[in-house]
Amino acid sequence: MKIVVCVKQVPDTWAEKKLDASKTLDRVSVDNILNEMDEFALEEALQMIAAHSGTVTVLSMGPDSATEAIRKALSMGADGAIHIVDDALKGSCAAVTSLVLAKALERIGDYDLVISGSEASDARTSVVPAMLAERLGIPQVTFVNKVEVDPAAKTLKANRITDDGYQVVEASLPAMISAVEKMNEPRYPSFKGIMAAKKKPVETLSIADLGLEADAVGLSGSWTKVNDSADRPPRSAGTIVEDEGNGGAALVDFLASKKFV
Amino acid sequence: MSQVLVLVEHTDGALKKVSLELLTMAKAVGEPAAVFVGNGIDAAADKLAEYGAETIYVADDAALTGYVVAPIAELLAKLVAEQSPIAVLIAATATGKEIAGRLAIKTNSGVLTDATGLSSDGGTVVAEQSIFGGATVVKSSATQGTPIIAVLPNATPPEASPAAGTRTPVSVDLSDAAKGAKIVDSVVEEKGERPELTEASIVVSGGRGVGSADNMAVVERLADSLGAAVGASRAVVDAGWYPHQSQVGQTGKTVSPQLYIAVGISGAIQHRAGMQTSKTIVAVNKDREAPIFDLVDYGVVGDLHKVLPQATEEVQKRK
Ligand SMILES: Cc1cc2nc3c(=O)[nH]c(=O)nc-3n(C[C@H](O)[C@H](O)[C@H](O)COP(=O)(O)OP(=O)(O)OC[C@H]3O[C@@H](n4cnc5c(N)ncnc54)[C@H](O)[C@@H]3O)c2cc1C
Ligand SMILES: Nc1ncnc2c1ncn2[C@@H]1O[C@H](COP(=O)(O)O)[C@@H](O)[C@H]1O
Repeated sequence: MKIVVCVKQVPDTWAEKKLDASKTLDRVSVDNILNEMDEFALEEALQMIAAHSGTVTVLSMGPDSATEAIRKALSMGADGAIHIVDDALKGSCAAVTSLVLAKALERIGDYDLVISGSEASDARTSVVPAMLAERLGIPQVTFVNKVEVDPAAKTLKANRITDDGYQVVEASLPAMISAVEKMNEPRYPSFKGIMAAKKKPVETLSIADLGLEADAVGLSGSWTKVNDSADRPPRSAGTIVEDEGNGGAALVDFLASKKFV
Repeated sequence: MSQVLVLVEHTDGALKKVSLELLTMAKAVGEPAAVFVGNGIDAAADKLAEYGAETIYVADDAALTGYVVAPIAELLAKLVAEQSPIAVLIAATATGKEIAGRLAIKTNSGVLTDATGLSSDGGTVVAEQSIFGGATVVKSSATQGTPIIAVLPNATPPEASPAAGTRTPVSVDLSDAAKGAKIVDSVVEEKGERPELTEASIVVSGGRGVGSADNMAVVERLADSLGAAVGASRAVVDAGWYPHQSQVGQTGKTVSPQLYIAVGISGAIQHRAGMQTSKTIVAVNKDREAPIFDLVDYGVVGDLHKVLPQATEEVQKRK
């Protein structure tokens, strides 16, 4: 099986807290990590090729620094990586991101599965996988917590989490899967894995390599724009009381003052 | 006046509150036109008209709901091409956002997710989104195509505004690509009489501090006294104390109720991601240093097993 796993480098999820305290938005000093959700996608791919043999290629669009996230994916066990780097890509919206990833996937060709996380923790749009399936014209099997593939029959069967339960979904390969965090337990890179990752191939592509023009991507090619932004007055510090036997009643007093009771 | 398409969320005709909210928002920027997919229009039509739907496009072909997401996007794309609406509004649920994403690609249109408000700027529909945990409000618009806007539930109170509600049947010849992922079974988890988590105006959520599956009853009792939905942190769901549909957070549901009460929840960033746009936030936690207290309007530092029963009793007394 040939599996491509889409991974994104994102600011460390805890970074936001640091920002809250200092009240400045300094993205540069923020630590970057491999989007946690994408580790579940990668783990699933690694388990699939352990069971059915094949290769796992990591695909990532992002700045130079994203090589760290890619190395982490390689040290977990992916065979190789494709990194799309281009200054023109800065500020790309979800639609453009899916365009670039789709072009790269067309270039890779004859994949059986594309697996992504179900959400990147920075933008939190959760739409890239659906857009990618739309662009590639392959079945969309998203928000999956369990999947079985049959490489010989070229089919899969998955459980897709919904708002009020789950659906059992069947599709033929190639297909697009997005992983939720209940899918598996991502492995930690072993020392051997970390050493091996250094020798694994990482192909770097520009948007020209993908046949795209600079003005079709990035901020200029974006399909949406921010017209205006304003800081909300900060949440005024709340009232915090110690329970000295009447905490519950005090809480209800507060609720009543807000007309919830 | 230009149409604003509103994709209706319902279960066999029982409307979700968010659909009425969307109609109300649509009314402010154009002429609401509901798009109803699936069974049950007879049960839903009067209410859709009451809340402002001038037109109701009805598509009851079973194939539309028999495959994952793609068919509904295809139907909407056809309506966008035929009706040239000024915007399409979809509830910002997981599936709703995916429909929005696919529709955006099909129609070469900008998609704006997690909108909390709408306005009109010289005929262009502008979405308000709250980012960085509600600290910043941005106004965004689509630079191409028809703005496809995924709106968070509870963004506005539904307001009745009677309209014609003229039913118009619609259908679409689905492409093979739209039928790629077949739904062979649908399992709906029993949720009892409580309101739906993403729809509820009050949510009470329990965390690891609750201590056990049985103890979740303490949270349920407070929720029931307030007519609230019950949520949970991931720790609770992973421990098997409560069903996964109740998980609030980054990988659970995003809720934005009038009132959110976090009980025995530390307030990890992944949990906050799903609740920090709630209008009023209350927490009960025995640890004064728990990060959830950074967010609260009102917090009680104490043992939830003492505070909650007392609060529940007090609410009942005042009714
Ligand atoms: C990729 C990823 C996605 C995630 N997605 C989510 C998500 O969607 N939703 C989510 O919630 N988490 C999510 N998490 C997990 C998150 O990081 C936290 O681990 C989780 O939210 C912790 O749950 P908790 O607050 O219930 O437990 P804890 O952090 O253990 O907090 C328990 C709290 O209860 C308090 N407490 C204990 N006993 C009592 C008592 N008797 N009375 C009062 N207070 C008491 C303690 O002081 C403590 O603050 C995710 C993590 C990852 C890595
Ligand atoms: N720039 C990117 N490069 C590679 N994969 C991405 C990128 N952006 C998003 N993805 C994938 O799409 C998933 C969902 O992201 P999003 O739709 O942005 O929330 C992520 O978990 C990744 O697997």
